[in-house]
Amino acid sequence: MTLLATSKLESFYGDFQVLFGVDFEIAAGEVVALIGANGAGKSTFLKTICGVLGAHREAVTFDGQPIGGLPPGEIVRRGIAMVPEGRRLFSSLSAEENLLMGASARRAGPWTLDAIYRLFPLLAEKRRAPAPTLSGGQQQMVAIGRALMSNPKLLLCDELSLGLAPVIVKQIYDALPAVCDAGMTVVVVEQDVTTAQRVSSRLYCLQEGRVTLTGASSALTREQISEAYFGV
Amino acid sequence: MTGTLSWISTVVQGVLLGGLYAMFAMSQSLIFGVMRLTNTAHGDFIILASFGVFSVAVALGLPPAVAPWLAMILMLPIAFGAGYVLQRLVLNRVVGRDPLPSLVVTFGLAIVIENLLQEIYTADPRSIESGGLNVASISIAEGLSVGTLPLLTFAVAVAIAAGMQWLSGRTALGRSFRAVSDDRDAAQLMGLDHRHIYAMATGIAFALVAVAGALHGMKTTFAPADGPALLLYGFEAVIIGGMGSFYGTLLGGIILGVTQVIGFRFDPGWGIWLGHIVFLGMLLFRPTGFFAKTR
Amino acid sequence: MSATFRTFEVHRATRASRAGGLVSLAIVAFLATLPLWAEAGTLREIDELACYLIYAMMWNLLAGYGGMVSIGQQAFLGLGGYALLVMGNFAGINPFVAVPLAAIVTALFAIPVAQIAFRLQGGTFAIGTWVIAEVFRLSIANWSAVGGGSGTSLTALRGIEKATRIHVTFWLCLSAAVIAIAATYLLLRSRQGLALLAIRDSEVASESQGIHVRRTKLGVYVAAAFGAGLAGALYFLGNLRISPDAAFTVNWSAFGIFIVMIGGIGTIEGPIIGALIFYLLNKIASDFGTWYLVGLGALAIAVTIKFPRGLWGGFSRRFDVHFFPVQRRLVLPPDEKGGSFHA
Repeated sequence: MTLLATSKLESFYGDFQVLFGVDFEIAAGEVVALIGANGAGKSTFLKTICGVLGAHREAVTFDGQPIGGLPPGEIVRRGIAMVPEGRRLFSSLSAEENLLMGASARRAGPWTLDAIYRLFPLLAEKRRAPAPTLSGGQQQMVAIGRALMSNPKLLLCDELSLGLAPVIVKQIYDALPAVCDAGMTVVVVEQDVTTAQRVSSRLYCLQEGRVTLTGASSALTREQISEAYFGV
Repeated sequence: MTGTLSWISTVVQGVLLGGLYAMFAMSQSLIFGVMRLTNTAHGDFIILASFGVFSVAVALGLPPAVAPWLAMILMLPIAFGAGYVLQRLVLNRVVGRDPLPSLVVTFGLAIVIENLLQEIYTADPRSIESGGLNVASISIAEGLSVGTLPLLTFAVAVAIAAGMQWLSGRTALGRSFRAVSDDRDAAQLMGLDHRHIYAMATGIAFALVAVAGALHGMKTTFAPADGPALLLYGFEAVIIGGMGSFYGTLLGGIILGVTQVIGFRFDPGWGIWLGHIVFLGMLLFRPTGFFAKTR
Repeated sequence: MSATFRTFEVHRATRASRAGGLVSLAIVAFLATLPLWAEAGTLREIDELACYLIYAMMWNLLAGYGGMVSIGQQAFLGLGGYALLVMGNFAGINPFVAVPLAAIVTALFAIPVAQIAFRLQGGTFAIGTWVIAEVFRLSIANWSAVGGGSGTSLTALRGIEKATRIHVTFWLCLSAAVIAIAATYLLLRSRQGLALLAIRDSEVASESQGIHVRRTKLGVYVAAAFGAGLAGALYFLGNLRISPDAAFTVNWSAFGIFIVMIGGIGTIEGPIIGALIFYLLNKIASDFGTWYLVGLGALAIAVTIKFPRGLWGGFSRRFDVHFFPVQRRLVLPPDEKGGSFHA
């Protein structure tokens, strides 16, 4: 059953067009990856879904409802949560306070503080630490936990691997199955193609704001992806 | 009074005065901390509150030992509401990176308030009757007594500082204040409405202003043009103490109060001047203040 | 990938500006004849208007171009007035000669003041400058030699014949206003001006491009102080009497801000238009006393919310009319294919 779908989605920064008619869909329980080079429009796509950027009302459907252009607060309340690019933790709050902020939308569900600490045991020791004192990996865990605290149906992950060592990236993505087992649908935006293929069942490739390739992650070849990625 | 004792008395007076200044400052500190807004009408709002409490106290017709306190309590929700509405309707439109619009708008508000007050109340100084509280004193040591009202004011200031610190650190609203101040867009992603949060901050700040205005009006006479001076004292207390910490603001107020009172002792003309000089000195040597937490 | 480089020209003048230039010259020439036939009251009014205009232009330079919003420029205005007093009354300098000297003295004071003021940013900078102005006011008010709190008269002017005094004061005010406008315009057209705009937009980016941010900001601050001091010296030259409250009142900043905001910040036309509107409003409505001020305050609030860069700023941007054009326009010659750059 399709949870989220976009139809000919366009997106602009002012007068500058970034997305040119993107068609995308994801079914409940899936993990779908979105790959592409810098500037391809991956983050823009996520921002449009979660309401930071505007869109036509009918261009984005979630749970059968058109949600394009709704404000971010409304979108969170309906069950879409974003782990933003670069973490964007609140620097004067502690790790735990950051997590608590995620619960502002007050949706019911399995993700409580305790559940987050079970998912990321490292965080439990660091709960009172001010966010800026955490390591990159720990910050990423807090960012993910913060998004989970709103008990979303759909989790959007924007470049989780950004600025992190490969061993930490692996740690983070290893937690993903546990999140999905609890019934989550996840969109993963990644520049690292290998990781993207590994963690997802399907993937889309964006190039200059257009979908250039889509298919089962395990079935796509290096060549196919290179061509779609770079457009050469 | 002997030399040392009279100096101690002076310093104590200054400390207690600092409590009042700290109260002026804490509301400024809250608004600036949450939304980086400089409100040049802040002192005028305090005077507005003084006049408000004055009028309500007179209208209540109760004995002067009771009237002003009841008036102040009645003013609290009104002040909160006024602050909330002002923020949502007017000030939310000028919050932002550019300080100019907020400065001009609040400057305009200051002019409007000062002149409206003058129209309604004339330029004559008023005072809130407190049944002699403003001249009562308590003896705290051999040969040393302090004014009851200043002592009470200081106690209220400490209580407010503690309360604000608790609000900021231990409540969901306080967390929201800090989150929105850190990263408004990320806060939006969590579902926080910054327009509402800003308005809550201003509402609370205005409630604090009501208390400050009431106590100020009981302590001394006030007139429509007095606002700017109070703005500057509050501002200096915030900068000396360092932004982002309410206890720091309290300390800043105390330092300012003590400086002014010592200056007055030498020559009435130099009291306020000395306060300004100490403030400027702080800027030169410790621009972040003593207890700064925010940048 | 192909890059096509074609020749381009940088144009600055617009049709409106060429017309504006001629009209300005005509107006100035007309105004210069005023002392020959207008009455003293009118001349004094225009003197004051010139002072407000110069003050507003300087505030505009500081805030609109320098990015430094100050509500304490009255410190320098008052200082200019008192420098004039001291030079005229005590040093025996001819008061007309003392006017530019007073402006220079004021500019020198601005250098150490900037060291303190620049410790603050944004809104806190604004209030900090107000505190500094208060320090000036209180210091002078405690100085009995210049009349202390109640002020004193400019006795140095007593020896001069009345008509001469009034006429020379007028011509000084007129020239000062013209020079202030011309100097600001020329500054902004120059490389320094471009640097200013860059700093205003982004200090970090400017620094990385090799612009000396601090030095440029200091230069603007000192220039603005010079202008304010000039306005102050001229104002009290005509007023004959000076007091700390009149010299250092924050009302100067209030009026300066309103002139610039109602006229339009960050443009040169703005303060001129604003000063004229302010002058007219004063003539019509000042009889209403406090209500006039309430109206002025409300107007400033409304204008700022609707047009954050002032009325003229909104107008000129919308209709692309510039009398004192500061931008540089890139003009490309027509291309056969009628296309755009390919890069």
